[in-house]
Amino acid sequence: MGKTIAEKILSNHSGRDAKAGDIVIADLDFMIGQDGTSGVAIDSFRKMGAKKVADPSKIAIIIDHSSPSPNEGVSAIHKKIREFASEQGLTLYDIGCGVCHQLTPEQGHVVPGDLVIGADSHTCTYGALNVFSTGIGSTDLAAGMISGKLWFKVPETMKVVYKGKLPKGTSSKDLILALIGKIGADGATYLALELYGAAIDELSVDARFTLSNMAIECGAKAGLMAADDKVMAWVKQHSQKKPDPQAADKDAVYKQTIELDAAKLEPQIAKPHTVDNVCPISKVLGTPIQQGYIGTCTNGRLEDFQIAAKILKRKKVKDGTRLIIAPASKDILMAMIADGTYESLLESGAVAVTPGCGPCVGTHNGVPSDGENVISTANRNFKGRMGNPNAFIYLASPATVAASMIEGKIADPRNYL
Amino acid sequence: MRGHAWKFGNNIDTDLIIPARYLNTSDPAELAQYAMMDADSEWVDKMSKGDFIVAGDNFGCGSSREHAPIALKAAGVSAIIAKSFARIFYRNSINIGLPILEAPQAAEEIKEGDEVEVDLAAGEIKDLTTGKAYRAQPFPAFMQKIIDAGGLINYLKRNN
Repeated sequence: MGKTIAEKILSNHSGRDAKAGDIVIADLDFMIGQDGTSGVAIDSFRKMGAKKVADPSKIAIIIDHSSPSPNEGVSAIHKKIREFASEQGLTLYDIGCGVCHQLTPEQGHVVPGDLVIGADSHTCTYGALNVFSTGIGSTDLAAGMISGKLWFKVPETMKVVYKGKLPKGTSSKDLILALIGKIGADGATYLALELYGAAIDELSVDARFTLSNMAIECGAKAGLMAADDKVMAWVKQHSQKKPDPQAADKDAVYKQTIELDAAKLEPQIAKPHTVDNVCPISKVLGTPIQQGYIGTCTNGRLEDFQIAAKILKRKKVKDGTRLIIAPASKDILMAMIADGTYESLLESGAVAVTPGCGPCVGTHNGVPSDGENVISTANRNFKGRMGNPNAFIYLASPATVAASMIEGKIADPRNYL
Repeated sequence: MRGHAWKFGNNIDTDLIIPARYLNTSDPAELAQYAMMDADSEWVDKMSKGDFIVAGDNFGCGSSREHAPIALKAAGVSAIIAKSFARIFYRNSINIGLPILEAPQAAEEIKEGDEVEVDLAAGEIKDLTTGKAYRAQPFPAFMQKIIDAGGLINYLKRNN
């Protein structure tokens, strides 16, 4: 009987012939924490009586969620993280470096075939590089740092095939929102996803990260893709590590297979307050918007800002509204400066904040007011997510956010391309 | 354990359980003050120590923040009974020793305010108000060992 990508990677890292349903103890290739979760992980590390991490070269902590610190409580957590990183000799990405899920692949820490954990639910992002990466909590991160290993239940896999080519004005964000709308917020709970199809093959690696990033929004443990030529070229450019790509066997057993037709896709919107509350843009055109946000581990990459700049070129963010942008890393910020994207967006009225999570998680950088509507390229629109339970968050692609900011209401990007 | 039931719906996410704006501490007692804040801002004052949360599908979806089960445990929740749990919340709860019970029928039928009794070792849930008894899904043996130890920290200490 053949194996899925998840079964292969977990077999390779546990030294046994692992099948879905098995519980294995597996060797970790890399692990990350961020400033929201690492404080508790350090507490757990101490409570477990540990003195040293197993291998500091396999750990990075990223200060991205509230960065720079907005208050003294967070400052104390940042200080604790900096001291721990220094004491243990592990990699620290301090304020302004960027979002953990951009930095981890961009700085070459993960390559195809790796097994990775992160104390952040969007750790599934690296599935686009054929990495089995999954979000865990702080105590699991502490156990991983101490032992270099963690226990996993080998998941069953749901295969998703996107047929056809994406129409003009749509992007990988629309592909993943359509899937989540179809299967629901718990449609893939405890499962790994394998994502395939002509629409995926056409995407850049940066665009693929958007899809894998949101696998957790339908409950999935991982959002895996094949390591094709584009992935191998991208990895070669970013990492010195040796990849060990894993393809699913032809006779691999899937719990379920789902097909979606990309060619028929309209831009998609997730309405408040759940990510699976998805509709085609035509259903919500004209909804007034007070704030836009382009950034995050979902859509804060160079091509996301390039398409936004293209739509906003020689136009302005509508009077009475504001557009906040946060590049997902300093490297992306530098690239935006180099190619004129940054200047162009600022000229159109965008307000730039530090590379990092920006206002996504509601700790700083643009908390909306009561009753306000926000259109955002982030991955979550939960009630209170951006810091105010009385605001409303609509999720969309960078192109849709840019078009909407010109009109001050939800607008179709296809009219601007 | 015995207490009253507080009902919540489907997809109760971690931002509702403990919003990120309160994550400027890892002190359980402080986090407990904000438990379920954005779902029901008065809930912490209304509930009593030992009470149960009874919820629908996908409880704890969203962020990996361990502060979510920590806040509920510190608020005095004795166990969560739900139709299903999101994966990371499930794992975090086991790791920190917050009892969780997957019991769809119990989660459906128990009403807000009902008096509930739970026997964790037997996986048995009793609605004392209606007299009905339910069984929770058993945990895999490996997870049961972590639960029996009171969480991952104690489990690792005992086994090292």
